[in-house]
Amino acid sequence: MSAAGDAAAPVPILRLDGISLAFGGVTVLDDVSFDIREGEIRAIIGPNGAGKSSMLNVINGFYHPDDGTITYKGETRTRMRPDQAARQGIARTFQNIALFRGMSTLDNIMTGRNTMMRRNFLWQALYLGPARREEMEHRAHVERVIEFLEIEAIRRVPVGRLPYGLQKRVELGRALAAEPDLLLLDEPMAGMNSEEKEDMCRFVLDVNDEFGTTIALIEHDMGVVMDISDRVVVLDYGRLIADGSPDEVRGNEEVIAAYLGVVHD
Amino acid sequence: MLYRETGQFKTTYAADQAIFPIFQDRVFIFALIAFAYLAIPALASEYMLQAVLIPMMIFSIAAVGLNILTGYAGQLSLGTGAFMAMGAYSAYKLTTGFPELNIIVVFILSGVATALVGIVFGLPSLRIKGFYLAVATLAAQFFLVWMFNRVPWWYNYHSSGTITAPPREFAGIMMTGPTATVETRYLIVLSFCIVAGLLAKNLVRSRIGRHWMAIRDMDIAAEIIGIRLLPNKLLAFAISSFYCGVAGALLLFSYLGSAETEAFDIFVSFDVLFMIIIGGLGSILGAYLGAAFIWLLPIFLTNAPQLVGLSMPVDFQKHLEVMIFGSLIIVFLIFEPAGLARLWQIGKEKLRRWPFPY
Repeated sequence: MSAAGDAAAPVPILRLDGISLAFGGVTVLDDVSFDIREGEIRAIIGPNGAGKSSMLNVINGFYHPDDGTITYKGETRTRMRPDQAARQGIARTFQNIALFRGMSTLDNIMTGRNTMMRRNFLWQALYLGPARREEMEHRAHVERVIEFLEIEAIRRVPVGRLPYGLQKRVELGRALAAEPDLLLLDEPMAGMNSEEKEDMCRFVLDVNDEFGTTIALIEHDMGVVMDISDRVVVLDYGRLIADGSPDEVRGNEEVIAAYLGVVHD
Repeated sequence: MLYRETGQFKTTYAADQAIFPIFQDRVFIFALIAFAYLAIPALASEYMLQAVLIPMMIFSIAAVGLNILTGYAGQLSLGTGAFMAMGAYSAYKLTTGFPELNIIVVFILSGVATALVGIVFGLPSLRIKGFYLAVATLAAQFFLVWMFNRVPWWYNYHSSGTITAPPREFAGIMMTGPTATVETRYLIVLSFCIVAGLLAKNLVRSRIGRHWMAIRDMDIAAEIIGIRLLPNKLLAFAISSFYCGVAGALLLFSYLGSAETEAFDIFVSFDVLFMIIIGGLGSILGAYLGAAFIWLLPIFLTNAPQLVGLSMPVDFQKHLEVMIFGSLIIVFLIFEPAGLARLWQIGKEKLRRWPFPY
């Protein structure tokens, strides 16, 4: 479990208040409120179509909620562009891998550092002095990420040619390269075998432990969720039905009903 | 056996990021540049320089520009010819308006003027993609060519409607105009060609190049990791148009001497597009290889029957040439859709392992 989870006064890095979102007549999120504390691993679970991915999209500014406010690092906002969210330290991975397929592993991870690079294109065209130094500094950082994720061997391979499990790892690398304060992982273990899942769990725990990164993750593997997360939010049909420690959530009647179904009489 | 990287250890990231990380490649490219500067002007015939090498290199500059936009940033454009026209006409206006302005500066300023026009025609790219964007750039092609035909200011109210490269001197050497030697013009074009390639390569291996490729491969993901689409797309249009503009200015001043708008029609746009498709989308080397292929193949086909002693009617040969050219492109695209640059890469891999199969 994470070190910061048992801190005396947990500080929420992100607070969501009454978030509602609808596409046309379809309600995706309905008055959802919860918070994410600094340094914790927060799981968002729920059956298919519960609004989990939409929740992440709201957090990083890709969707704009119809109602409700988002307080991130003490600042309240309702609308924000994704690139602004990225600049403020929110990084994410995607359910369906969203890597840049034609680019090498190295270049993909380098793009994760784009918000930190300052030199303009004229310097880059000359590739001298400051631009070159900047490139090398960031390369050095990216190499640390590559080492951390143990993907040195595929540095120069275009990611389109990599197997699925490695692509997931590269995508995590791209998010990590941004040195995020809040890392959103959308089903990081989907479609993996148990060995790959174990690796990915270890990386998630290590990121949280070593860099103190706050993590919000969506995951369907209940074993994984119960093992690695500090607190769990359960969504069902866009409503928040439970929020608490893994043990509390596991015993919650409504959660069991949502997952297993109940007999209506 | 000579082409091995064994024992070449890289100890810095700079060495690892070098354009030619393998020693043999560096030797080869420097030898090639030295050969192009020293040997070719002395050895090559005037026909070789004027009809083959100069236009080939000019089109390779335009191909590098289009490859930045289409191959790297993923924005399809059919306006290359018009942007080249913009470069030619603005260079003409600049040098006739300010005759004392250094001709090299004129070329670069005409590139800047074209870049501004490119930004304007790049604006729709925020909303539309792919073929639809290609149609929008087609508007640039037709509008600009129409403007250069219809607004006499652009050709200084000449009755013929043509623009002619005036004689311009730099450091006592005639650079353009009828009295400039073919060797001088060759060296100017060669220098532009090399610098253009170097700058482009630097751009695409830096942050901005990664932004372009990210937008090309998945624009939504690019946006979410913090890459702003509009400025990066417009920058791609600007830099691409800059290259096309400089190429257009060189086409007028160093190759054609005088031109009308027909020299920059839609077929020029297609030719440059074919060059980067054949050469390899998203490869600077590919732009050069493609330009060489598209420009040299028809010349070779024209001369081939004479070389083997065949004689045939001129119009029949012309038809045959077009047929062979077209079918070669099709065959080529079936066998190697990733282009000549990929073939080159595969060849190098094979060479590294030779004589072992793997």
